[in-house]
Amino acid sequence: MSTPAPSIPPAAGAPAAAAPPTDPNVVNVEVNGVAIKARKGQMIIEVTDQHDVYVPRFCYHPKLSIAANCRMCLVEVEKAPKPLPACATPIAEGMKIFTKSKRAISAQKATMEFLLINHPLDCPICDQGGECELQDLAMGFGRGVSRYTERKRIVKDKNLGPLVSTDMTRCIYCTRCVRFGQEIAGIQELGTTFRSDSSEIGTFIEKSVDHELSGNIIDLCPVGALNNKPFRYNARAWEMVAKPIVSPHDCAGSNLYAHVLRGKLRRIVPRDNEAINEAWIADRDRFGCYGVYSNDRLQQPRIKRDGQWLEVSWQDALVATVAALKTATKSGGDQLGTLISPSATIEEQYLLARITRHLGSNNIDHRLRQRDFRDQVSDPVAPLLGCSIADIDTRQGILVVGSNLRMEVPIVAHRVRKAARKGASVAFLNPAEYEYHFKTAAYVTAGDALVANLGAVLAAAAAAAGRQLPQHLAQATSGVNVTDAHRAAATAISRKPGLVLLGQIAQRHPQYADLRALAGGLAELTGAALGYLSEGANAAGATLAGALPHRGVGGKDVQRAGLDAQSMLSNPRKAYILFGIEPSKDLANGNAALSALRAASVVCFTPFVTDELLDVADILLPTATFAETAGTFVNAEGLWQSFDAVADLPGEARPGWRVLRVLGNELELTACDYRTPSDVAAALEHELGTAKDLEPGTTVYRGSFAPGAGAVGAALAELDVPIYAIDAVVRRSAALQATALAQGGLRGGV
Amino acid sequence: MQNLVKTFLMTELFGGLRITFKRLFTKKITVQYPEEKTPQSPRFRGLHALRRYPNGQERCIACKLCEAVCPALAITIESTVGPDGTRRTSRYDIDLFKCIYCGFCEEACPVDAIVETRIHEYHMEARGENIMTKDKLLAIGDKYEAMIAADKSADASYR
Repeated sequence: MSTPAPSIPPAAGAPAAAAPPTDPNVVNVEVNGVAIKARKGQMIIEVTDQHDVYVPRFCYHPKLSIAANCRMCLVEVEKAPKPLPACATPIAEGMKIFTKSKRAISAQKATMEFLLINHPLDCPICDQGGECELQDLAMGFGRGVSRYTERKRIVKDKNLGPLVSTDMTRCIYCTRCVRFGQEIAGIQELGTTFRSDSSEIGTFIEKSVDHELSGNIIDLCPVGALNNKPFRYNARAWEMVAKPIVSPHDCAGSNLYAHVLRGKLRRIVPRDNEAINEAWIADRDRFGCYGVYSNDRLQQPRIKRDGQWLEVSWQDALVATVAALKTATKSGGDQLGTLISPSATIEEQYLLARITRHLGSNNIDHRLRQRDFRDQVSDPVAPLLGCSIADIDTRQGILVVGSNLRMEVPIVAHRVRKAARKGASVAFLNPAEYEYHFKTAAYVTAGDALVANLGAVLAAAAAAAGRQLPQHLAQATSGVNVTDAHRAAATAISRKPGLVLLGQIAQRHPQYADLRALAGGLAELTGAALGYLSEGANAAGATLAGALPHRGVGGKDVQRAGLDAQSMLSNPRKAYILFGIEPSKDLANGNAALSALRAASVVCFTPFVTDELLDVADILLPTATFAETAGTFVNAEGLWQSFDAVADLPGEARPGWRVLRVLGNELELTACDYRTPSDVAAALEHELGTAKDLEPGTTVYRGSFAPGAGAVGAALAELDVPIYAIDAVVRRSAALQATALAQGGLRGGV
Repeated sequence: MQNLVKTFLMTELFGGLRITFKRLFTKKITVQYPEEKTPQSPRFRGLHALRRYPNGQERCIACKLCEAVCPALAITIESTVGPDGTRRTSRYDIDLFKCIYCGFCEEACPVDAIVETRIHEYHMEARGENIMTKDKLLAIGDKYEAMIAADKSADASYR
């Protein structure tokens, strides 16, 4: 999608305009005869944008640096000898700007004519057609007929990998994609080679564009030179309906638009939200959606009878489900174990938790990849980020513990990079080297000894602050080998305001409790916030909804804690409910889990059917993916974001919340007559009361778990789930699986 | 009084019959359809067809402008990457019951792929035959290409 005219709210300086003109930060200018007060140092185009005066532009983008190389934004300024580029001319006192004067318009028309000289007239087959900035502006400023009769030049297309298609002849050299690489992604993957009318945009050497945010150059490109490759020639911009949804793949909760045509999800583009994803989204969000239409969608409920799979009606399937669950829980609800994906909507989490508890079981968990539950009593009400996502920009000291940050939550990684670029000290404590495109204050490569190294950082911080550590941390920090790297990390996190981020590798670590206690101690010692990068899109929602063995709705402790995700598989139950899970890929020790599942009666709510599920399950109920269900995700800053179903369901599949509601009715669950997902959410909100409003800063560690220094091994490959293997939909996106990141060569990011 | 005279002399009746008797002796303009047919304009808008280039390649590039311009929403197109990497239709349906034969699709087409031929004598025998699929449209185009090309060239100088 092309970049819309930015709608920045009036600058902070604008209210100050009421002050007398002596205010040195206020400049008086006149735009098209209207007197305007603006902030000193603003460019003309920023002022005109704020006051809804449109100046045409190609190379200017509010999120990127100013290049002033398209010359489309030329405007007339009084007393200036020539028209000036609005994007690169700072305003001055008394400046009189004319954006629509004869001189300005003729300059813009002349620029347009030059731009169109080499631009091909293939709008009918161009995917950008209908949403093209050049097309729009050519309507406004172009001539009807070309005066150019010489040869047009042709530029060879580049192969940028499986995500971005190129038609480089269409390029107008605005260099937005180049600047995006330099300034936002941090690695210049694209650049301009040659000069003048031989310039070409390319990758210098033949390689693909691999950054996890690289899809954004598609939106940035004002013409059809860079486009969405999986979407290529699929639909036109004008025929699709844009429906707002929320990212289902990570805890940032990026805002997205789903573009839908005839009930089919065609593509995903970002929905601007300054507080979360700004104008960017991860490739995982943009291209993951193609997994929805994989060939293995389950179309019809299935039941296994005498080892044979039968396709049955929903009625029969639900009767069989009720029978299976009742049989298994006859001798005690404890025989039921429920595992739900952390990316299920909060409605589904809530309903399934209710059903499980109704059957007398507390064995429900969404922490599928977690291995260490020893200190789960100290878990916060919800695994939040410690500060709002936008607030990360302003943190001065950040310590990331056990996280392949760029792969886990690319949007948060971008925020951390922004903070570093603003001067924050960012330190990492990771089991392996991961590449970050900014200067890190310290990088501790811990290998297996994550706990000991975090203990060393804590010891260094305590020594620097000259403070005694609490009793429970003493053992883990005594006798550790403190090196310069640890001291540098401790110095970094001591800067205020600070943030300690516990990544997904840490949370999957066999010694998570030790890591968390140390990180909590470090946060307390340095006054930093403690944040979690939770798994899935809705881990915070799952915690609120009570999809935990030891806690009910809103974090209330249950009387007798059930079995967690690990122990309910290591102590086989008679029956399991799996919701949106592929056991061997989504569970820690997945393969070991399969044997427990094989022996039990397993009810599986799943959008996809795999050989593995056919092997272990007894009832398969086809449910919706994120695109086909309405629901709510709670992101890592505690924000509730609801969305509607956007695409049609395949076959007899039904949204998960609806299936759970009917199942609840069949199981005689009281007060289960919800008609819409918002009814479910409203019931949950009512039950939550004030606990609904989450503050991201409430994740302070209050436990007193005593970490030991002994290392427990776990292969890094198991802890670090690759970026494009994180959930069932992403695993089925052919385009993402074809990327260098997924192919393994670039594991951990290069 | 004047009305009374007019009524009894039946002047108006004879005035009208005069035309009738005059026509009795002039040349007949009735056409004995279907043995005889009236002349048609090359711009006649009848049954649709999809054309090919002389080398057999489909003209249609799936730009969907006809679908966008169609006031009756009679056209449904699905586009995809063709076997040669170009933009092609995977589905091109025209619902003849919805179509109002306005000819906008033909006007909108940048490559003269969709045309309305002079064929106007056709019928459907079964439900669903009103949907002209891509195959049917191409078959019509192939069959009547000579006529379509002649009509196009006859009209070209006026465009």
